[in-house]
Amino acid sequence: MTEQPMVRFENVSKRYGTLTVLDELNLEIARGEKVSVIGPSGSGKTTVLRMLMTLETINDGVIWVEGEPLTHMKKNGKLVPADLAHIRRIRAKIGMVFQSFNLFPHMTAMANCIEAPMTVLGMKRAEAEARAAELLDLVGLSQKKDHYPSQLSGGQQQRVAIARALAMRPKIMLFDEVTSALDPELVGEVLQVIRQIGREHDLTMLMVTHQMGFAKEFSDRVCFFYQGKICEQGPPGELFGAPKNERTRQFLHAVLEAG
Amino acid sequence: MIWDWSFTLEILPVLAQAAVVSVEATLISFVLAATLGLVLAVVRIAVPRTGWTISVLVELIRSTPLLIQIFFIYFVFPKFGLVLDAFTAGVLAIGIHYAAYCSEVYRAGFDNIHRGQWEASIALNLSAWTTFRDIIIPQAIPPIVPALGNYLVALFKETPLLSAIAVMELMQTAKIIGSDTFRYTEPITLVGLFFLAMSLVSAALIRALERLLNRRTVR
Repeated sequence: MTEQPMVRFENVSKRYGTLTVLDELNLEIARGEKVSVIGPSGSGKTTVLRMLMTLETINDGVIWVEGEPLTHMKKNGKLVPADLAHIRRIRAKIGMVFQSFNLFPHMTAMANCIEAPMTVLGMKRAEAEARAAELLDLVGLSQKKDHYPSQLSGGQQQRVAIARALAMRPKIMLFDEVTSALDPELVGEVLQVIRQIGREHDLTMLMVTHQMGFAKEFSDRVCFFYQGKICEQGPPGELFGAPKNERTRQFLHAVLEAG
Repeated sequence: MIWDWSFTLEILPVLAQAAVVSVEATLISFVLAATLGLVLAVVRIAVPRTGWTISVLVELIRSTPLLIQIFFIYFVFPKFGLVLDAFTAGVLAIGIHYAAYCSEVYRAGFDNIHRGQWEASIALNLSAWTTFRDIIIPQAIPPIVPALGNYLVALFKETPLLSAIAVMELMQTAKIIGSDTFRYTEPITLVGLFFLAMSLVSAALIRALERLLNRRTVR
């Protein structure tokens, strides 16, 4: 018997009124796998992450995390929509980093990193601070732990956001265009941190990105989304080197042209 | 003589005692208004299906005169078995009335919080209670302190309405002095001056608090 996939989207659809954002998505992600999601804007790629983080509800289908349903729960042998307690239990396995950082502006870098471990995991302050200090060190910001987000550069804020997400010890990390809001010279430091986490931790990673170079070098698999469907997927070497689909070719051509 | 200084000095201690009642009524009803207003605003977001009921309630309270609400609680509630003394009934009425206004102020404060703050709270798996207590309320309050402060001053200036149910606050005391001595000039003027002074002092305190909060909230 093969190992359970870490994440499985099973016929998942998302609609806003008559607009179908995702159309019967089927996607499996293995434990420890690094998957990049690329595609034109409006192709539904960010929605995939937001649904997995339960920031968006889904209209059809089931999302599974480690063999357990996230959006549903089993009741008398049937799957019914999950209640909040169930969602929170499964959601604890997932962390997310946002395009706009979303740090808590009234808290220092350290306070941002210990808030959830203390209130959700029930850690003691000393334990949470020790763990946060390690993580801030990992992202290269141990000197900035008492700074407020407004006193940090965009790249530093995003690195704090990564440390904050890791502090909850997720098994799955979601990165939603995490370098898109950054000045070009700050992109490198954030990607470097993600690279390092990918190497040192056995995390499953799913990222939406416009950094084709990074996607190519870092991921095990790249999925190209187009109009709410996975148009083409495969190892980065294949997808970037010899795309089979015409849409993929057009998209990559346009992106590389601009780059 | 229009203004009698010796009479002024004579009634001053009596009015000062009444002023304490006015200030007490103000503080208690404002604490009630600020707390109940916050509860209404939080419940409205946390339990969406209460939204309609709370809207109607707030609109009802804001669209009827405070004096009627005071009378209602003092004279009509006893018909349903709830008998309150004048001070309690008055403070309750003012508190509830201003809670309706305060809840709208809080709501505006919550609306101004960026959606990303809520989403980060979900991604970190914070409970709804923790999200409000640690993330949303601390960010929402500082910008609305001036608006809440305005309501504190406005509420204070409405406490003379309590004289209508014979609470021995400033206005009622001044009226009694007037009817006893047939001199209204000094007591009514003094009451006016007292309200002026207190309003100016409160406004200054609120500005100071605002500055303090702005300094502490690094954005």
